[in-house]
Order: sequence, then structure tokens, then C-alpha cells
Amino acid sequence: MQSFLKPHRIVLIALALAAVAAAVVWGRWEWLGESKYQILILKGIWLSIWLTTVTMVVGMCLAIPIGLAQAVGPWYLALPARIYCTIIRGTPLLMQIWLLYYGLGSLFPGTWVQKSDLWPLLRQAWPYAVVALSLSVAGYEGEVMRGAFRGVPHGQLEAAKAMGMPRFTLFRRIWLPQALNRVLPTIGGETVLQLKSTPLVSTITIMEIYAVAGRIRQDTFIVYEPLFLLAIIYMAIAGLIVFMFRWLESRTPQRTA
Amino acid sequence: MADDAATRPETIKVEDLHKSFGSHHVLKGVSLTAREGDVVAIIGGSGSGKSTMLRCVNFLETPSSGRIAIGGEDVVMKPDGSPADRKQIERLRQSLGMVFQNFNLWTHRTVLENLIEVPVHVMKTPKDEAIARARKLLARVGLAEKEGAYPAYLSGGQQQRAAIARALCMEPRAMLFDEPTSALDPELVGEVLQVIRGLADEGRTMVLVTHEMKFAREVASHVIYLHNGLIEEEGPPDALFGAPKSERLKQFLKSVG
Repeated sequence: MQSFLKPHRIVLIALALAAVAAAVVWGRWEWLGESKYQILILKGIWLSIWLTTVTMVVGMCLAIPIGLAQAVGPWYLALPARIYCTIIRGTPLLMQIWLLYYGLGSLFPGTWVQKSDLWPLLRQAWPYAVVALSLSVAGYEGEVMRGAFRGVPHGQLEAAKAMGMPRFTLFRRIWLPQALNRVLPTIGGETVLQLKSTPLVSTITIMEIYAVAGRIRQDTFIVYEPLFLLAIIYMAIAGLIVFMFRWLESRTPQRTA
Repeated sequence: MADDAATRPETIKVEDLHKSFGSHHVLKGVSLTAREGDVVAIIGGSGSGKSTMLRCVNFLETPSSGRIAIGGEDVVMKPDGSPADRKQIERLRQSLGMVFQNFNLWTHRTVLENLIEVPVHVMKTPKDEAIARARKLLARVGLAEKEGAYPAYLSGGQQQRAAIARALCMEPRAMLFDEPTSALDPELVGEVLQVIRGLADEGRTMVLVTHEMKFAREVASHVIYLHNGLIEEEGPPDALFGAPKSERLKQFLKSVG
């Protein structure tokens, strides 16, 4: 506690507390009492967390083969993976989302897709959001996983090989877990970034928490208070993510070269 | 040894083995027979091909040509020397316990988990049976206290002893040692050699690539001196070390003291 309470920290904490107090005292918060907004906010928070989690998981599942292809794949797999990562990382996520939703999504009506069983899904916005956000994660983490796979000491893979471990078992039990351990801190940081990318899907009609704040502003003409609440909500979720990854890292055995 | 030599089954048989890396001809036709209970030591200067020869036995290196049989079973090779049947290679590898210069323990698993990994997840030994076997082996190499430790927390000598126990845990037909003490600090060499000596004393079949001449002389039943990819001289240790015939071996023994 002594080491935590440095003068600059005390000043910053005091300023933050003052800001919160000022916002509470002088701000207009009566809308928070309305149950319709309460429900919207809770649903929005849930949707933001859901989008972050699902797209991180799906994206990582794609990033693993993409990283592997780049690290050790033959050129005809490595090259497309490389190109994919370059394009995803080189273009704005907002553009990718719009290309999928307004571009790809607009091609379907009037075709066989409209008559297919998939249509009830494809006429909604959220599948496009999930796909776009997941593809983005795949592009960034594919690059991260490339380095992670290369970083696992060759000798450990050779030991598994020498003991007659089949290739897939070796990948699943030795190579992948070690690669993931190595990038856990990076993935933690990227998950926070992913959380903060989710507001972009509010532009394709998805009511996650950012869109909810906008909606409240439109209804009530109150601008700052919903944004203030929004900031606190994002910080709380980000803190939760950081905390979770710290815990995961603490469970990771120490490694040597 | 010589009297019953013809009756003991051949555990490892290598005939006329060639290996090239590109235009570099590393092995130029070497042969080796290890019958059950034999301890074959391979010695030679750096670049003589001794490690490559050992690594060809369990196909960590693909021979360019030659014939290899493990436990009387011929390894099926394609015309270019590469193994034709992956399943066969995996099965045969499980009967050969390999110990590396750099230990190559899996750093994300505890010592005990390292030992039972292949028995449980590849050879389908019941877990409790594998654990019981692993504990016995750890006690034997003097690491009973360390079963829950991660490799990073062990000394080099302890890691190598754990690696030997890991290889033994597969209950292999023969052990292959690739310079098992070369990466160790001098004061840690003794504890590892003592474990290997114990294995020799109990009649285990072993092929050992080593720089420890005194040790080779003590434990080996047969010594092979490799020079430039060819067997320059071979025979019982006392003859080879006591009365070397070839000029090169005399030079070599003088240079390593």
C-alpha cells in the first residue's frame, strides 16, 4: 500500500474521484432511472462482451492455421495466408464491415440465397458483424501466431517426434500449447483492442453498448452523461479482460530457452 | 560377451548407411549392429558424422540409402531412403528411447507429465499405471522430489536425468544417447553418467554417441570410431583404446586426452 500511494497517483486518484463526483452532482442522470434504458444498457453491455468473446475465439481458431501456414507451410499455403494478413491489417476495419454488410449482403436478395434456409440469418446484421470482426482478429493474430509457432524450440518438437508421437498429437499436445503460452500477454492486449473495435458495428444497426449511448442521446438530448457512463463501462470490461489474462498467465508454467 | 553373441537377437541393425546433405556426403556407408544387451559407443571428432548416424537410426535424419532394422523388423524405405510407412516409423520410434544433448524436456509440462506424456497419450497406457512407472523411474534417477517441478526449475544434470527417465518410461527396446553430457557443466556430468552406467549394468541395449572416452571405455561392449563418414576402426573397448591400430585413431585419442 505504501508503494502504491505515490504523490502522482494520489493526485490522479483525487482528480478522478472529483470528476466522478462532479458528474454525479451536476450531471443529469434521471434517464438512468427509466427501465427501458436500463434494459437497453444491460443488453448493450452483454452484446459488446459477447461480440468481443465470440469474435476473439472464432478469430483465434482461424489465426492458428493461418499462422501455421506462414510459419512452416508450403509456399502455396504460406503465400495466401501472408496476403490475407497484409490485406486485413492494411485496410480499415470499418471498411471491411461495410464491404461485408452493404456490399456482400446486398448481393443476396433476389438470388437463390433469399430462398435458402440461410436467409433468416443473412438478412440480419449480426452475422456480418461477427464475420467481419472475426476475420479481422484472424488477420492480426495470424501474424502473431506465425512468430509464436516459430518461437517454440525445435528440440522440443524433435523430442516428441523421436518418441513416436504422431504429427497431430505433437501439434495438439506440444507445439500449440507452447505457442499459445508465449503469446498469451499479446492476446490479452489484443482482446482489449478488440473490445474497443466493437463500436464500429453500431454503424450497421447493431445495438451494442456504444449504439445504446447514441440512442439515449437522440432520445433525451443529453450528450455527455451517456458518454461518461460509456467510458466507465468500457474501462470496467477492459479491466476484467486484463485481470482474466493476468490470471491465465499466472497459471502458465515458466519457460526457458 | 563374444561367446553368446551369435545367439542374442539383433536389436538395432544398420547396413551400408549413406547420408548426404545436399552435396555434402556425411555418411559414406557405415554399418552397426547392437544385439540385445550390447552397449555400442560411437566416438569421433566433430563433423565425423557420429550424431547423424545415431539420428538416422530413428529417422530424425532421413538416410540417403542403406538398410535399417529395429528388433529384426526392416524399416520400409522409398528409393530415396525416406521412410515409406509413417505408422511403422512412429511405432519403431516408441521402441527407441532417445536422449538429446540439450535434454529437450517439454517446458510446459511438469517432470511427471513429461514422463507420462507419450505412454498415456500415444501408447494408450492406463494413466495410473504410467504414473506408477514414472514415479519408480524418477526415484531411480534421484528425482522423486521433483515430479511436480517444471523443467525450468531444474539444473542441467537434473533435466538430463529426467529426460533419461522420460525415455525409459516408454519401456523401449533400446536407448539412444546423443552426446548426453556435452551441454552440462563439468560438475554435473558425473550424476548423468552414473545413471547411464546403471542402465548399462542392468543389461540394457544402448547406442551412445559421446565425447567421454573414459566412460565409453568403461561401459561399452563395442566401440566404433568414425572419421569423415566412414568407420575407421571398431572393436572391443580395450583393444580400441588400449591398442589403436589406425594412425587417425591414435591421433584422435591423443587429442582428446
